[in-house]
Amino acid sequence: MLSISNLSGTGIGPINLKLANGDVVAITGPSGAGKSLMLRAIADLDPNQGELLLDGAERTTFHAPDWRRQVAYVAAETSWWAQRVGDHFEENDAAIRLLEQVGLGEAAMEWSIPRLSTGEKQRLGLVRSLLGKPRVLLLDEPTSALDEANRGLVEDLLRKRADEGCAIIIITHDPAQAERLKARTYAIAGGKIEAIP
Amino acid sequence: MNFIALGYTDLIIASLLLLFSGLLSVYLRLGMERQIGIAALRMVVQLFLIGMVLKFLFALVSPFWTGIAALIMLGLAGREIMARQKRRFRGWWGYGVGTSSLMISCTIVTVLALTTQIRPDPWFDPRFAIPILGMILGNTMNGVSIGLDRLLSTAVDDRAGIEARLALGQDRTQAFQPLVRDSVRAGLIHIINSMSAAGVISLPGMMTGQILAGIDPTEAVKYQILIMFLIAGSTSLGTLIAVVFASRRLSDSRHRLRLDRLGETRA
Repeated sequence: MLSISNLSGTGIGPINLKLANGDVVAITGPSGAGKSLMLRAIADLDPNQGELLLDGAERTTFHAPDWRRQVAYVAAETSWWAQRVGDHFEENDAAIRLLEQVGLGEAAMEWSIPRLSTGEKQRLGLVRSLLGKPRVLLLDEPTSALDEANRGLVEDLLRKRADEGCAIIIITHDPAQAERLKARTYAIAGGKIEAIP
Repeated sequence: MNFIALGYTDLIIASLLLLFSGLLSVYLRLGMERQIGIAALRMVVQLFLIGMVLKFLFALVSPFWTGIAALIMLGLAGREIMARQKRRFRGWWGYGVGTSSLMISCTIVTVLALTTQIRPDPWFDPRFAIPILGMILGNTMNGVSIGLDRLLSTAVDDRAGIEARLALGQDRTQAFQPLVRDSVRAGLIHIINSMSAAGVISLPGMMTGQILAGIDPTEAVKYQILIMFLIAGSTSLGTLIAVVFASRRLSDSRHRLRLDRLGETRA
C-alpha cells in the first residue's frame, strides 16, 4: 500500500520501507537519530528526495494537501490555533465518538486550549488527524505523556484502525508497546533504518 | 495668495532651537549632541540637494528624468523596508519582495491620481508627479514594512501551528490565512490612525504647507482628503501584495513551510 524507496533528506536516508494495508511499523532510536525527520519526509513536510507510492501512485501525482490527508502526520507536540477545542474539528459527531474512545467525553469539545494538559493535547491531536480518515498514520510518540489506562485506550483505537486497513508508522521508545500493537520494529540510527528481528 | 518667502536669517534663528537641544544634551549628559548635530546637518544638506534636484526636474518636464527620479525613490524606499525587517529573505528576495510591492501599488495609485483626478498637463509633470509619489511612497513604505515584519516574525514563532494545518491537509493559502490577515491588519493601523486623527489631533503636513503658501483652507482640505484616500489605497494594496507575495515565498509548490529561505535574525 505505501512503498518508500530511497527516501532521503537533511539528516535521513536512504530509507526503504514497505507497508501493506493494516501494517504497523514501530520505529525506535535515540534522540536526534532522525525519527521525526523520517516521518516529516514521508508526509512531505520537508524537502526530500526518493520515491513514495501510495497504492502504486507516486506522491507527486497527488496535490500535496491531498497526500497529507491520506498520509497523516501527528507531531509529538500538537499545535492549536483556536481557543476552543471544538473549533478544530469539522465533524462534531464523529469527533465526539472518537473523543469517547480515547477517554475524553463530549465535554472536551468546550474545553479551552490553554488549560489542556500535554496528555489531553496528544489524544486530541490524534482524534483531529483520525477525523480525516487517513490511509496511513505517522505518529510521533503519541502516548509519551499518557498514563497506563489512557495509553491502553489509544493503543486499542490504533489497533482497531489497523484492523480496518490503516497502515501505521509509530515512533516509540517502549518495546512492549510495539508488541501490543503487533508491530514490526525498526531501529533508526544516523538517519538509516534497520529491521529488529 | 500671500506667500511669505523665508530668508537664510530666518533659518538661522530657527536653528538656535537646535542649539538648545544640544546644550540640553550636554547639561543632562545625554551624550546625544553629536547625533543631534549630524542629523540636523544631514537634514539641511539632503533638503537643499532635493530642492535643487526638484528645480532641475521641474524645469525639464521630461518623462525620462521624472521616471528616473521615481525609480530612485522607489529603490531607496525598498532598501529602507529591507533594513527594517528583523527577519528577511535570503539573497535578492530580501530586497525584491518589499520593493516590487511598492512599485506596483505606488505606480498604480500615482498614475491613477495624475490621470483621473489631478490631471496636470502633461500628466507626468514632475511638479505634481514627484510630490504625490513621495507622499504615497512614504506611507505605503510604512505599511509594507510593518506588514512584512509581522508576517516573517510570526511565521517563525508560529511554525508549529502552520505545519499542523499543513499536516492536516490544508493548502498553503489556508495555512497562512490567519498570519496574512494579522499582518495586513498591522500594516493598515498606521493609515487608519492618520485618517482618524486628521484635522482633530494633527494638521496633515501637505495641507499645512498649502495653507502657509496662501491657498484657501477649504481647497487645501480637498487636496488633503484626496491624498489621504490615495495613501490608504496604496498602503492597502502594497501591504496586501507584499504579505501575500512573502507568504508564497515562505512556502513551496508542495505546500511546505520553507523557513530555510529566511536569513538569520537581526538584532
